[in-house]
Amino acid sequence: MTTFLKLENLSKAFGAVKVADDLSFALARGEALGIIGPNGAGKTSMFNLITGTLSPNSGKVFFDGRDMTSLNAAQRCRAGMARSFQVPQPFSGMTVFENAMIAATQAAGLRGREAEQSCLKVLDQTGLLSKSNTTAGNLTLLERKRLELTRALCANPKLLLLDEIAGGLTEAECASLVQTIKDIHASGVSVIWIEHVVHALLAVVDRLIVIDFGRKIAEGEPQTIMESPEVQEIYLGIEVDA
Amino acid sequence: MTQQVYYVTRSSHAARVAAILGAVVLIVLIAAPWWAGRADLRLMGELFLYLALASLWNLMAGYAGLVSVGQQAYVGFGGYMLFALTMFAGLPPGLAIGLAGVLGAFIAVPTALLIFRLRGAYFAIGTWVVAEVFRLSFAQVSSLGGGSGSSLPVGIVKSLASSRSAREYLSYWLALGVAVLVVAAVYLFLRSRKGLALTAIRDNELAAASLGIDIWRTKFLVYIATAALTSVVGALIFLQKLRISPDAAFSVNDWTAFVIFIVVIGGIGTIEGPIIGTLIFFALRETLADLGTIYLLVLGLVAIVVMLKAPKGVWGLIRTRFDLQLFPLGYRVLQNDEQKGA
Repeated sequence: MTTFLKLENLSKAFGAVKVADDLSFALARGEALGIIGPNGAGKTSMFNLITGTLSPNSGKVFFDGRDMTSLNAAQRCRAGMARSFQVPQPFSGMTVFENAMIAATQAAGLRGREAEQSCLKVLDQTGLLSKSNTTAGNLTLLERKRLELTRALCANPKLLLLDEIAGGLTEAECASLVQTIKDIHASGVSVIWIEHVVHALLAVVDRLIVIDFGRKIAEGEPQTIMESPEVQEIYLGIEVDA
Repeated sequence: MTQQVYYVTRSSHAARVAAILGAVVLIVLIAAPWWAGRADLRLMGELFLYLALASLWNLMAGYAGLVSVGQQAYVGFGGYMLFALTMFAGLPPGLAIGLAGVLGAFIAVPTALLIFRLRGAYFAIGTWVVAEVFRLSFAQVSSLGGGSGSSLPVGIVKSLASSRSAREYLSYWLALGVAVLVVAAVYLFLRSRKGLALTAIRDNELAAASLGIDIWRTKFLVYIATAALTSVVGALIFLQKLRISPDAAFSVNDWTAFVIFIVVIGGIGTIEGPIIGTLIFFALRETLADLGTIYLLVLGLVAIVVMLKAPKGVWGLIRTRFDLQLFPLGYRVLQNDEQKGA
């Protein structure tokens, strides 16, 4: 498999706080990668660095054969990456359907009926179809999280970056979410998923990376990683607030 | 598949009714010279120009988040271009008005490159400083009357139309025309793909950027387009007044403070807001004009009460209450009735 995304010695600090510390890893085309680590470990910051919301102090990001480091978030999105935000960022004055349409028209570049049909399909998949005409500002937190996933999917990405979307779901909802992401992955989309709900994550990903204090502390096959002493130590007590 | 049962529409019953009513009102307004008095025509002409200014300011501040307090720069620039192009270049007024818009866009490009480096309150102050620079610069041009200004020569005024009433009708129709043009342009733009991007920027810049929307470029284009149209409106304002001076042309009170008042009480970030706001502003002004300075106090009071009690303005109140949209920008997902029961 070819390298699709590569982080090369990425570092970013806010004053004395290092959110990324010499972070390097590669993702193969079509791979599903899980990211775990305690709260405040720098997982979301890593997404911000990959998607261009943050620019690094040093290091580089390569995606689909191109150096992305100097590109802004919009350019990186158009290159084929889409993300969900851990703290939902809805277009709160617009309806759920219009939120989806932004992604379909601006990120995926679809037009007219084609864009509308694509949105309806994704909304059906994420279970928000019945909320299509609800103003996004009036959604519950769980619905906002689903809207995050919806928008990311409507962007029709080659690389999907998911940031804690399974928290708070019931068993049945979680199972259907896992199935949705499995389907997306099976259609050829590469996935990087940050998640505290480990059983959901393990059902999808091929590989795990553990991050703490902005550093990669472990990487490898999911079961091996989960049983390793470092992870056991970090995760004792973390599962509770997942 | 479930989505076959659903379909998407951009129209609504209320919007169709509004379109018909709007067309009727427009026809009545076009015919105003035959039913309205001279003073009423002047007042309505002024109202239309304010409506155009308010719609433009709303597009820029309410959607693109560019809170400018310096749009008088373009009102004054447009006015002065009308005078300069007709007096020195000998252009007919109609052409001069259009060219004022083009030149307004040109001058807005370096201005934008400069002030777009500033954010939030600093941007607002920056725009005001730019407007003051414009005012002081035009006050230096002695051929345009310097600080005391000048009047449009009789020959140019007469070239519009020979009789006074014909000129007044023309000036009224131009004002109505530019208001309709601006509102229609704002509506069509917001309905377009780029307009959807701008609305996304209005709601959440972080999410907009991560969905591929180029925020800087979108705002830049909105600023330039707004400047161009504001210059056209400025040219028309001073075609109505027939006299220009730096203080009148670059008045922050007349061309920005009142405009902000209109947009805020009407409802910022909506197309309907500036229309309602303009009507409220003129209703207040005409009923309170005799009270002198108390009129300004009342305006301030109204603005404060609206901002505290209804931050989304009068239209915001109506919209949340009745779920109305007179200009159908949005999308509605509806279920196909035949298949709903199945």
